[in-house]
Amino acid sequence: MSFRIERFTPASRATAIVALIALAFLVAAPWLTGRANIRLLGEMFSFLALASLWNLLAGYCGLVSVGQQAFVGFGGYMLFALAIFLGFDPLLAIPVAGLLGAVLAIPVGTLLFRLQGAYFAIGSWVFAEVLRLSFAQVSSLGGGSGASLPTSVVTGIASNREWREILIYWTGLALAVAVLLIVIALLRSKLGLALTGLRDSEIASESLGVNSWLTKMTVYVSVAGLTTMIGSFIFLQKLRISPDAAFSVNDWTAYVIFIAVIGGIGTIEGPIIGTIIFFLLRETLADLGTTYLLVLGALAILVMLKAPRGVWGLISERSRISLVPVRRQVRFD
Amino acid sequence: MTIITLDRVSKRYGALQVTDAVSLALERGSALGIIGPNGAGKTTLFNLIAGTTLADSGTIRFDGEDVTRMPARRRCHRGIGRSFQIPHPFVGMTTYENVLVGATFGGRLSERDAAAKAVDVLELTGLARKANVLAGQLTLLERKRLEMARALASSPRLLLLDEIAGGLTEPECAELVDAIRNVRAQGVSIIWIEHVVHALLAVVDRIAVIDFGRKIAEGEPAATMASPEVAAIYMGMESEAAHG
Repeated sequence: MSFRIERFTPASRATAIVALIALAFLVAAPWLTGRANIRLLGEMFSFLALASLWNLLAGYCGLVSVGQQAFVGFGGYMLFALAIFLGFDPLLAIPVAGLLGAVLAIPVGTLLFRLQGAYFAIGSWVFAEVLRLSFAQVSSLGGGSGASLPTSVVTGIASNREWREILIYWTGLALAVAVLLIVIALLRSKLGLALTGLRDSEIASESLGVNSWLTKMTVYVSVAGLTTMIGSFIFLQKLRISPDAAFSVNDWTAYVIFIAVIGGIGTIEGPIIGTIIFFLLRETLADLGTTYLLVLGALAILVMLKAPRGVWGLISERSRISLVPVRRQVRFD
Repeated sequence: MTIITLDRVSKRYGALQVTDAVSLALERGSALGIIGPNGAGKTTLFNLIAGTTLADSGTIRFDGEDVTRMPARRRCHRGIGRSFQIPHPFVGMTTYENVLVGATFGGRLSERDAAAKAVDVLELTGLARKANVLAGQLTLLERKRLEMARALASSPRLLLLDEIAGGLTEPECAELVDAIRNVRAQGVSIIWIEHVVHALLAVVDRIAVIDFGRKIAEGEPAATMASPEVAAIYMGMESEAAHG
């Protein structure tokens, strides 16, 4: 019998068009809105990318890491080291840092994969702390008190401040878009098929020839490399780094988990929605000080109890819609 | 020429000897039925052959190669396919994608060939209508069929079937028997654990009886079913079914 495999739906085509229009606006944003908003958008791009990557690990691989700040911080420090010591252009330093992060992830992953569940989570955190303490010892990068990116390096990006900020903004946009596209492509690929199988039943996947260790390792290393690049970008935007800021579990893991949980773990749409909700809350409540954190915590608990699959989980359950389908539909002719 | 040989294979969980020095040999292209009471260690025997659990002692040879310590995925690549007694569907994937996993990773086929193989297997197992349904929404019977379909998609040379006929109506059972005969006609060797003895007898050449982890009888089906060992276990019920 003849058949064909469909991988797109009307909803996904519409989504692609809307996404392209949104992208056009985001590219033009520096001329449409003020500096403060551009900075804020840049920050949103980093959180969107971090949450999508964390979600790929936790939601699809079952690898719940609370140590992704290890790669964010490593990325930040590699940017500074490559630019200051080796004279790299900061924008070029970002992919190089990413490569180094991926290489670092191979031995780290090999060790951490011996741990299961909560032990893996704690192990990943311990590794991040080890990195934080190690970088605090590097006196040429400011030791415990940190360092600023030298003016010569900063002006090397672009001579005037306006263009510099626009270039950094576009870099953030490009990184976030790249991360989203990579996550989608990965989930639609053969690797994604293996991942979903492993998530649903590891024992059956192994019996069907899936290499569980290699599949998870591939994803772990890719996520680490991309997380490192985002880390480089974050500290390029900040222009200043210190061990506590670089390896902050609060900023680079707790908020990121909040975003993924609120939006919907194990979905591509979840982190996007989660990022928007998180920044709406932050921008409206940040002046309230500790009350803001109380609201975040309460909301996270509420969502976990009432909608464990997050806001997107609720929407897609009701509407049975998937904006970015990774499924394959067989059509018999 | 044997496809699989077990030589005094044993497995113990704490104080419980679940597999006790079992030896078996299966000729290439033949079909062996395994019967025995619940808890006799039949499924454990499959886990040992497929590599889901590793044997404490003894050796397992598949197609001349010692696979005793080999992980499950590599045994699958070598050509051992298995279904699980308690279905383990990938609930977040469609039926087609479930089968595609077997074709892609077990059969190591290219994307195009894997898709064709998966569709073939769906048709053979009567699941084509359910191709785009999420496996989590299948009925128990369909899930059991999916177990067999996924295993078949990996193009096994030895197929291990674990209780897939229970709960079927007579016509459904006849359909299943036809499907399994079809698979066998393609040269696939089969070991089938089944309580529905009349379905089993319609397919297999030999029957082995497992009780308390030991193989207590093996031989030509009618003779084995009529043997005193089997009669003792089933208290006459199943051996009557064998004659009736």
